[in-house]
Amino acid sequence: MKDQALSGVRVLDLTWYISGPYCTKLLADYGAEVLKVERPGEGDPTRKMGPFFKDDPHPEKSGLFLYLNTNKKGITLNLKSSWGKDVIKELVKDVDILVESFSPGVMERLGLSYEDLEKINPRLVFTSISNFGQFGPYRDYKASELIIYGMGGAMNEEGLPDREPLKKATGTPVLFSTGNMAALAVMIALYQARVDGTGQQIDFSLMEAQMESVDRRMSCLVAYAYNNEITNRSDVRARPVYPVGTYPCKDGWWGMNAMGVQWHTVGKMMGMPELIDDPRWNNMIVQTTPGHREEFMAIFIPWCLEHTKEECVGAAQMAQANCSPMSTMEEVVNDPHLRERGFWAEIDHPFTGKLTYPGRPFLAKDMPWLIRRPAPLLGQHNEEVYCGKLRYSKKDLVKLKETGCI
Amino acid sequence: MTKLPLEGIRVVELGVVWAGPYVCRLLGDWGAEVIKVESCQHYQYYTRGFAPRMPEFIVNISVGYAAYKKNGYDPETAVNTSTLFNGHAANKLSFTVDMRTPKGMDVFRRLIEVSDVLVENNSPRLREKMGIGWDVVKQWNPRLVMLSTPGFGDFGPYKNYRALGSQMDDFVGHGYMRCYLDEEFDTSSAVYHADEVGGINGALAVMMALHQRLSTGKGQFIDMALTESSACHLGQAIMDYTMNKRITQKTGNRDYHGAVQGCYRCRDTKGKFAGGIEFVDSWVNITITNDEEWQGFCRAMGNPAWTKDERFSNSLSRYQNHNELDRLIEEWTINYDNYYIMYALQKEGVPAGPVMDEKDAYNDPHLRVRDFFHELNHPLCGTHLYPGIAWKMSKTPNHLKLPPPCLGEHNEYVYKRVIGVTDEEYAELEKEGHIGTDYIDSITFSL
Repeated sequence: MKDQALSGVRVLDLTWYISGPYCTKLLADYGAEVLKVERPGEGDPTRKMGPFFKDDPHPEKSGLFLYLNTNKKGITLNLKSSWGKDVIKELVKDVDILVESFSPGVMERLGLSYEDLEKINPRLVFTSISNFGQFGPYRDYKASELIIYGMGGAMNEEGLPDREPLKKATGTPVLFSTGNMAALAVMIALYQARVDGTGQQIDFSLMEAQMESVDRRMSCLVAYAYNNEITNRSDVRARPVYPVGTYPCKDGWWGMNAMGVQWHTVGKMMGMPELIDDPRWNNMIVQTTPGHREEFMAIFIPWCLEHTKEECVGAAQMAQANCSPMSTMEEVVNDPHLRERGFWAEIDHPFTGKLTYPGRPFLAKDMPWLIRRPAPLLGQHNEEVYCGKLRYSKKDLVKLKETGCI
Repeated sequence: MTKLPLEGIRVVELGVVWAGPYVCRLLGDWGAEVIKVESCQHYQYYTRGFAPRMPEFIVNISVGYAAYKKNGYDPETAVNTSTLFNGHAANKLSFTVDMRTPKGMDVFRRLIEVSDVLVENNSPRLREKMGIGWDVVKQWNPRLVMLSTPGFGDFGPYKNYRALGSQMDDFVGHGYMRCYLDEEFDTSSAVYHADEVGGINGALAVMMALHQRLSTGKGQFIDMALTESSACHLGQAIMDYTMNKRITQKTGNRDYHGAVQGCYRCRDTKGKFAGGIEFVDSWVNITITNDEEWQGFCRAMGNPAWTKDERFSNSLSRYQNHNELDRLIEEWTINYDNYYIMYALQKEGVPAGPVMDEKDAYNDPHLRVRDFFHELNHPLCGTHLYPGIAWKMSKTPNHLKLPPPCLGEHNEYVYKRVIGVTDEEYAELEKEGHIGTDYIDSITFSL
C-alpha cells in the first residue's frame, strides 16, 4: 500500500459527538492509526442520531456515525473504572496524539489530565476540544451547533434585517468546520513535536474557532473596532447594486454575482449587448438611482424564468460571470464534475452494504486519501487491542465484559 | 520561550479574496513567515476592498467590508484600510512585483527558491497563463509544497468556472438547505462556508505535506476544490440521500436531530448601526434536547402555567408543536437582555447563548478572560483590537505580532533580505515599477 501523509502516526481518540470525531476522521483518512474509545453498551451518541440506513434506528446504521468514523478502529472501555484508567495510561505510551472532547474538568477528575499523561509520554500532543475552552466564565456552559454559531460565528449578519438571524445549512456544518480546524491544530502541534520533541496541550474552543473565521466574522469585527459600527443584516432583494443574490429560474434557483466591475458580463450572458452601456446601469452610482433596480429586474427575472439552471449557468459562465446552480442533494450526488473528479467514495459495511460517502477534501498524489476500513462496529477491535496488544486472555475479556469494563 | 511551531517556514501567498489568504493567516498565526505577493500594476477585486479607490458611498453601504473612516475616509489610502482585507491579514508581509514581465517572473522564481510553501486560489486558467504551474515551480524548488485551491479544482468539466464562496455553497447543496422556513431563496443572504472551510482545509493539507516532507525531503502539489472541501461538511444530508434517496430540505434555525431549537427576539439594546440608529435588536439561541433541559427551562421562566400543557409534555410532542412553542418562548425572551437569558438558562443546565454582534464580542467577559483579542498598531488606522488566534497551546503561548500590511510595506525586507537583490538591482526594480506602495495612477474606480 502506498504511504499516506500520516502513515505511522498513532492517535488515541476519546472524542464523541461531531467536532471531535470529524477531527480524528480527517487524520485517519490521510493515514493515521486512530483507536476510538467508546462507552460500553451505548457507544458514541451519534450512533443514536440520524439519518439512518433505510430509516432503521440501529446503532450500526447511523449515516452520521458511519461517515464520521471511517478508517478508525474501535474499542469499548469504561473510563470510570480504575482498570479503564490503567488501560488509557498503557495505550498512551506509544501514541503521538490524544484527542478528547469531554466537558472541561472530566479528564482531570479521571486522573487522566495532561499533567498526568505527560509524565508517561512527554512528546504527547494532548488535544482538548470543548465548547468554550478549558478556562473562563463559560467553561462549563452547554452549547449546540446553533449556539456556537450565534456566539462565535457571523450569524448576526445572516438573514433579513427585520427578522431573526439565520443559521447555516440543515445539519451541523459549523461543528464540522470547528472539528476541521481542530485537525489543523493537531497537525501544527504534531509538526513541532516531530521537529523538536515538544509535547503540549491544545485548548481548542469551538466558539473561538468560529471567532477567527473568515466567513465575515473577522472583517465585521475589525470594521467595528475601526468605526464603532455594527454590521446589520441586509435585505438582498433590495441591494442597491446588482445583480447579486439568488434568483428563480425555470426549474429552480441559481446564484450569481456580477455587480460592479462585472456588469458587462450581464449583457453578454443575456444576449443583450445593449445593456452594457445603458446609462441606467453602466456604473454602480447610476445603479443606485431609485427605480433603476426595478427596471433592471423587469428584464432580468423574466430572462431567468425562461431558462433552466443549466442554461443560466452555462450562459453566465460563457460570459465569465461568477455563478452556480442552487443544487439539491440529488443533483450534488449526481453532478458530472464531482463524479469525474472522483470525489465520492464507495464504502462497504457489514450492516449497510456498499454506500456512497463524501470523499476527500483535498487531493494530492503523494499523500492519498484512502479508505482502509469502514467505521468500527461497537467494540469491534476489543479482542485485537486487549488480547493482541495488551496481552489479556480471552477469559479476561469475558470477565471485563461482565463487570462492565468493556 | 519555546519557539512557535512554524518558525522557519516561509509561505508565499498568491491569494485572492478570502480562501487563499485565510490559509496563510492560519499558518502565519503559528510562526510561518507569510509573504503576500502583490502588484502595483494589477488590482485584485474583492481582495484589498471591493474595488480600487472606492468612493465613500460604496464604503457606507458595505459596513462590515468597508474601510477605516473614523478620522475621515480617504479613497486614496483605502487599499490599506479595507476591513475586507485587514480583517484577516494580520501577521503577513506584503511585497510588490509585476509578474507579467520576465524580470518580475525572475524575482518570483528567486522567492520560490527560498520558500517552503506556495498558496494560490486563482482560476486554473490564470495560473496556466502566468506560467506558474506545478511543473514549472517544482523545478525551481523540489522541496516546495504548492497548494492550489480554485473553486472547482484542477481538472474536471467545470475546472474554469467562476464562482465566489456563496455560489460554491449553492453548488454543493448548502444554499438549498439554508433559508427561513416561510421565505423563498431570494431572501438568502450570502454565506461563505466554502471560503472558511477552504482556508482551514488548505492549511491542514499544507501541514500534512510539510509533515510528510520531514521524512521524504520532497515537496508536492495539492489540488483542493473549495466546493469539495465544503461538501464534506454536509455529512447528514449527503448520507440521507445516498442511503434513503431523501433530499434534505431547509429547516430555518431548527435542529436536524430533533431538539427544540430557535433564535428568539430579546429586548433591544443600546448600540449603533451604520447610519446612526441608536438601538439595535438582540437575539438569543436556545436548544432544548431532552426532558431534563425542558424542566430546567421551565424553572428559569418561573414555571408559567402554559408549560404544563400536554402538547409540551415530551420531546416528540414539543417538536410537533414547535411553532406554538416558539411563540410562547419569544413572549418570555422579549422582556430580557440576551445575556441575561443565557445566564438564567445556563444556570439551570439549558444550552443558550446570545447572537453576538461585534460590540458584544469585544465586550464579552469570556473572550476577555481568554485574551482572544489582540492589540495591533496600524500606521493609517491607529491602535485597535483585532480578532486573535483560535486555539491555545500550553508550551507555545502566542500573540498576533504584525498589523495587516500596507501594500508593498515590506518590499525592502523581502527584496534585500529574503531574495537577496543588491542595492543597485533594487533601485532598478523600483524604477521599472516593480517596487511601490500604491497602485499606478491608471487604476481608478470605475463602474
